[in-house]
Amino acid sequence: MAKPIKFQWSINHGIAEEMRRDPNVFVVGEDVGKPGGPFGVTRGLIDEFGPERCVDTPISEGAIVGLCCGAAAAGLRPVAEIMFMNFITLCVEEFYNQASKMRWMFGGQVKQPMVVRAMTAGGFGAGPHHSSSLEGWFASMPGMKVVMPSNPVNAKGLMKSAIRDDNPVLYVEPLSSYGMKMAIPEGEVLTPIGKAEVVQEGSDVTVVSIGRMRVEAEKAAAKLKEEGLNVELLDLLTVNPLDMESVYASVKKTNRLAIIHEAKKTMGVGAEIASAVQEEVFDWLDAPVARVAAPFTHIAFQPALEKHYLPNAEKLIAKVKELVG
Amino acid sequence: MKLSKDTKIDLYKRMIRQRTFEDETTKIFSGGEMPGFLHLSQGEDAVAAGTCAHLSNEDAIYTTHRGHGCIIAKGADLKPMMAELFGRIDGCCKGRAGSMHFADVSTGCMGSNGIVGEGMRIALGTAFAQKYNKTKNVTAVFFGEGATGTGAFHEAFNMAATLKLPLIFMCSINLYAQMTPKEDHIAIENVADRAAAYGAPGVTIDGNDVEKVYEEVAKAVKHCQSGKGPYMIECKTYRHHGHFEGDPCNYRPEGELEQWKKKDPIVLYEKKLKKEKIVSDKQIQQLRDAAQKEVDEAVTFARQSPQPDVEELYKDILA
Repeated sequence: MAKPIKFQWSINHGIAEEMRRDPNVFVVGEDVGKPGGPFGVTRGLIDEFGPERCVDTPISEGAIVGLCCGAAAAGLRPVAEIMFMNFITLCVEEFYNQASKMRWMFGGQVKQPMVVRAMTAGGFGAGPHHSSSLEGWFASMPGMKVVMPSNPVNAKGLMKSAIRDDNPVLYVEPLSSYGMKMAIPEGEVLTPIGKAEVVQEGSDVTVVSIGRMRVEAEKAAAKLKEEGLNVELLDLLTVNPLDMESVYASVKKTNRLAIIHEAKKTMGVGAEIASAVQEEVFDWLDAPVARVAAPFTHIAFQPALEKHYLPNAEKLIAKVKELVG
Repeated sequence: MKLSKDTKIDLYKRMIRQRTFEDETTKIFSGGEMPGFLHLSQGEDAVAAGTCAHLSNEDAIYTTHRGHGCIIAKGADLKPMMAELFGRIDGCCKGRAGSMHFADVSTGCMGSNGIVGEGMRIALGTAFAQKYNKTKNVTAVFFGEGATGTGAFHEAFNMAATLKLPLIFMCSINLYAQMTPKEDHIAIENVADRAAAYGAPGVTIDGNDVEKVYEEVAKAVKHCQSGKGPYMIECKTYRHHGHFEGDPCNYRPEGELEQWKKKDPIVLYEKKLKKEKIVSDKQIQQLRDAAQKEVDEAVTFARQSPQPDVEELYKDILA
């Protein structure tokens, strides 16, 4: 095993390996070239690959993703950075009307191999315009894929798989996990898109986590174990397409399900999972499906209010106890 | 610029092919045989013809919801185009796109767009790929003056200029943004003046003079190929039909259409070609008949093509 590296470096290494492998891969966005990215994720790429493949752009989110659409249709494989996920509101047009529809709309004449990176920043006091989790919007778009890495190993593996995918992939990275360190296995690390990871097996309750909430779910599972409850933890890793087969299999085993995600509960990905579970495996359920997610209000910059807003291990533990109580 | 006889006839053919196709769709649509919306470009024919005459299949175009003319001028086969308008399986997009969302990748038509202005942002990517792959190809993006009010215009122009992309901004001034007259939504006389804000050349020309368009696009292509970045051409022309088929056009001043029809680019060019003794009346009629025959065959092809199966709805969502 190599020495542990931080989350953002594992993304960087994933991109660099794919750029070495395929000359059609290039990086584009604000601050991605000379500045090396706002948090250093693309640092050093311009030195190895040059400004032609590591392109700094104006602050024009719509044009960045528009450029990706056109370049992908022409056979290139762009990897764009949008920075904070709230800024993606400025290019929802390009995802919703263009990238996700283009192949279908044109009768299969083109492909849209592109990766767009966006960061969620809950827990940093970054406030209403820098902290939102909007993956649910993109999870509802046919023709899109949405991946949400939760540790340095799957961050690298999902990045490499996303770059090799022939479809538009939104890659959601949690700023609060950037400091997390792990040793990355030697050789090719490719994490499959659309497949949940069974983090730990258990028999009493299934917990499905999304993105950085895996960390909170792991804490909760350890605590519950002390109290004699065995949690089966599934990290979804991808929210479009959803790996419902893995969720159903686990629910059939434990008969109870709690979902934890950082986005709002209302219209969140958890709502879709809960609904699908009651449609498909209703007879296996011994309790209603629980959701631990953000309330129907806005994320605050104010630390105490933000803490109240965000889901965490304590909230999950309380919910799981209700399910088995 | 001295144009050869062949070039002149080619320009005329590109225009008459567009016009004949669109006049036929007007008739068919009014008979209720075509689903969806139809936005037609009769009157603006010279802009597409003068531009596409310079472009190969490796050069790309992007067009608008009013895009039939551009796609035809670029060289698309009329049969799959007409079948697409009918919503049939043999359409160039398998009947999924219809009039507003056409693409014909084989001839370099990378997409029409139902979102005003959006073609400009996507065109950046094709132009980027042309530069990235070190080709001498260019991309032309067509839009109307209404689209210059979108953020897409500013973002795309600024980015194309910053990255020095081979992108030609072809603006058809047809005097209306949907139904709003130009003076009500643009505060300047010539929108090409805006190119200066991005450090790019911008020229304003008579968009009904096909040779003038051809000459100016020649300069634009050369400019793009030399790595100098984007070039904007503003073509003053007029939309003979309404915003959409069925538009009562009650916003138009009385007599305006009639005045512009006197400056119809096809009528003007026929007069010029005859005066220059490039073609005779008889030859013009032969060219018109040939276009009509091609369009008639396309209509027959479209009518005979089957409706798509419902399974088509679920294909090609992901690659």
